[in-house]
Amino acid sequence: MSKLTFQGGIHPYDGKELSKDKPIKAVLPKGDLVYPLSQHIGAPAKPIVQKGDRVLAGQKIAEAGGFVSAPIYATVSGTVKSIEPRRVVTGDNVMSIVVENDGLYEEVGYPRLKPPEQMSREEIIERIKEAGIVGMGGAGFPTFIKLSPKEPEKIDYVIANCAECEPYLTSDYRRMIEEPEKLVKGLKVSLQLFPNARGILAVEDNKPDCVEILKKLTKDETRISVKALKTKYPQGAERQIIYAATGRAINSTMLPADAGCVVNNVDTIVAIYHAVYEGKPLMNRIVTVTGDAVADPRNFIVRIGTNYHELIEEAGGFKEEPVKIISGGPMMGFGIFDLDVPTTKTASALLCLTQDDVSRMEPSACINCGRCVEACPSRLVPSMLATYAEHYDEEEFLSHEGLECVECGCCSFVCPAKRSLTQSIKSMRKIQLAKKKK
Amino acid sequence: MSGLMKVSSNPHVRSKTTTSSIMLAVVIALLPAAGFGIYNFGLDALVLILVTVASTVLTEFVFEKICGKRITVGDYSAVVTGLLLALNLPASAPWWIGAVGGVFAILVVKMLFGGLGQNFMNPALGARCFLLISFTSIMTNFDCDAYTGATPLADLKSGMDVDILNMVIGRTAGTIGETSMVAIVIGACFLILMGVIDLRIPGCYIVSFAVFISIFGGHGLDWAYICAHLAGGGLMLGAFFMATDYVTRPITKNGQYLFGILLGVLTGIFRLFGPSAEGVSYAIIIGNLLVPLIEKITLPKAFGKGGEKV
Repeated sequence: MSKLTFQGGIHPYDGKELSKDKPIKAVLPKGDLVYPLSQHIGAPAKPIVQKGDRVLAGQKIAEAGGFVSAPIYATVSGTVKSIEPRRVVTGDNVMSIVVENDGLYEEVGYPRLKPPEQMSREEIIERIKEAGIVGMGGAGFPTFIKLSPKEPEKIDYVIANCAECEPYLTSDYRRMIEEPEKLVKGLKVSLQLFPNARGILAVEDNKPDCVEILKKLTKDETRISVKALKTKYPQGAERQIIYAATGRAINSTMLPADAGCVVNNVDTIVAIYHAVYEGKPLMNRIVTVTGDAVADPRNFIVRIGTNYHELIEEAGGFKEEPVKIISGGPMMGFGIFDLDVPTTKTASALLCLTQDDVSRMEPSACINCGRCVEACPSRLVPSMLATYAEHYDEEEFLSHEGLECVECGCCSFVCPAKRSLTQSIKSMRKIQLAKKKK
Repeated sequence: MSGLMKVSSNPHVRSKTTTSSIMLAVVIALLPAAGFGIYNFGLDALVLILVTVASTVLTEFVFEKICGKRITVGDYSAVVTGLLLALNLPASAPWWIGAVGGVFAILVVKMLFGGLGQNFMNPALGARCFLLISFTSIMTNFDCDAYTGATPLADLKSGMDVDILNMVIGRTAGTIGETSMVAIVIGACFLILMGVIDLRIPGCYIVSFAVFISIFGGHGLDWAYICAHLAGGGLMLGAFFMATDYVTRPITKNGQYLFGILLGVLTGIFRLFGPSAEGVSYAIIIGNLLVPLIEKITLPKAFGKGGEKV
């Protein structure tokens, strides 16, 4: 049988052994919690609390600021200290609600809900929307919008993205090992929204134990199947996982729904479970704290808003001086210059490395070797695109399909001349996409 | 933890492969052919190889020094050019042929067009053709201690019998590095295993050439004739080491197939209908010139726009 996969991609050192065998540990934040109002794609949330207000864990502190937006909930009890711009992982200053933690962790009561099987489509979507759930794999797109396409009966597949192809990350893996029922139940609820859809749990085959567990758990579920995909980065990219799991292909002008698919990642589906089964809003997520600079790399269940310094402390601090700290994985994460930033809904990992490949390696001339062409999952010619971008040649950039790039980083990774191909293409895409919006 | 951390755009990790590691692999892969050349033709061959390599490396160094550019001789690309050029020279050539060829290859073909990655023609082949036109008698004199007379390919063209076994092993007259099919294929296998080259271009080149000469060679499907053509002249060296030169071959997958076929056909035309027995160098050079056009018509389709399958 041919393996389920896509063309291109790479096999970087995966570093997962650092954290994969240790159980998830809960972190109780000690210091202030910071809730950026923009931790999703779309309009920033609007604060509904004021300085000096006392809030409880699970209390809504900001409501959706538009249709494409998401509410935000406090994750500890305490007092609103200020509403002011704070630095986030991207380096931007974002208006944030700062809550002084009183250390009591008092929670609001959650509404008693009827069993999900008896809920209507609208009720389920309303729950997910109210819970402030956004794509927790990194994109941060409000999940309720994904789940309400124009024609729900035309959705054929609901894909649970369990690939976790980013090196070093093991949060989805631990979740599948420790709480697979939540994932399966969350997927079942999602399937309730789409009468004709089948559920696919798409796992990379470097996690055979997860495949086994999920298969066992779903053996009586006629609508759900488990698919083992070839281990290769970026298998978990939306377009690639749809193609690998269903054979359907979409480009940048299409949504997964155009190919009859809805894709959500593991943590997002578990958040759906919490929202619909337990009535709880999105308050925490799993973060992998890892890298060769960290004393005790492992996964933590973290309350959103927790400062990154506290995560490092929980992981035993640094055993070696880190040179580079990345929020997210090494392929698509953000390099951060300061640890004083909060955990957001989309923060999947905190990776601390004692060596920085990028500044260590001097870029040199392109030798046209074609490794980037072989690696590009979007089937582009990155070396040409990067040159067009560097020369600001818009026409050639667009005609060579520069907008189809998914910024996965494969081209820069393989380049023997160590050119920053992804960076050049990414910058040009940003300009072109902004122009298109106007 | 002190001060601010380093930041950069994603990705934050890079592969270990570098330009110099690739070039070094090519140098290593050329050693069997060079070694056999020295064994076959004696110390003259060794001297010529050393002079040519020294000439290419020095030319690059001096040019970059004079122009105040970053010194790039450490990437081994000049060594590859020098070695390839030397393997394309007859062992009987005087040392200054290697020196002049080396200067021409690096200065005229490579550096004047912008250095590594910018040349539109393989520097070693450009220099070989320059020498062939300028110093024809020296470049086509294959008399030496070990062998006298014509190359097997010339014999083949004039209708004489050739010893195929000797041609495959390399015990024939010819340039230093081209005679031994076995040594060249050993080096090529190393490059394929290292992931430096693949079989797209050499495969298409060799197959299309074999098809061409069996149709137009006048011998039909005569295996001995086809094998003699494949083992003779610079075909193997050209197909595995010069047609696969990254800088001067198409970067697109389909372009590489097309390029290989084009070289096979051109080599066939030159060998069968041209004045000289040899045709590989000119075929590759003409192929090099067509690369931008080939790339233009073979651009891949993007994922989701028909390019998702192969």
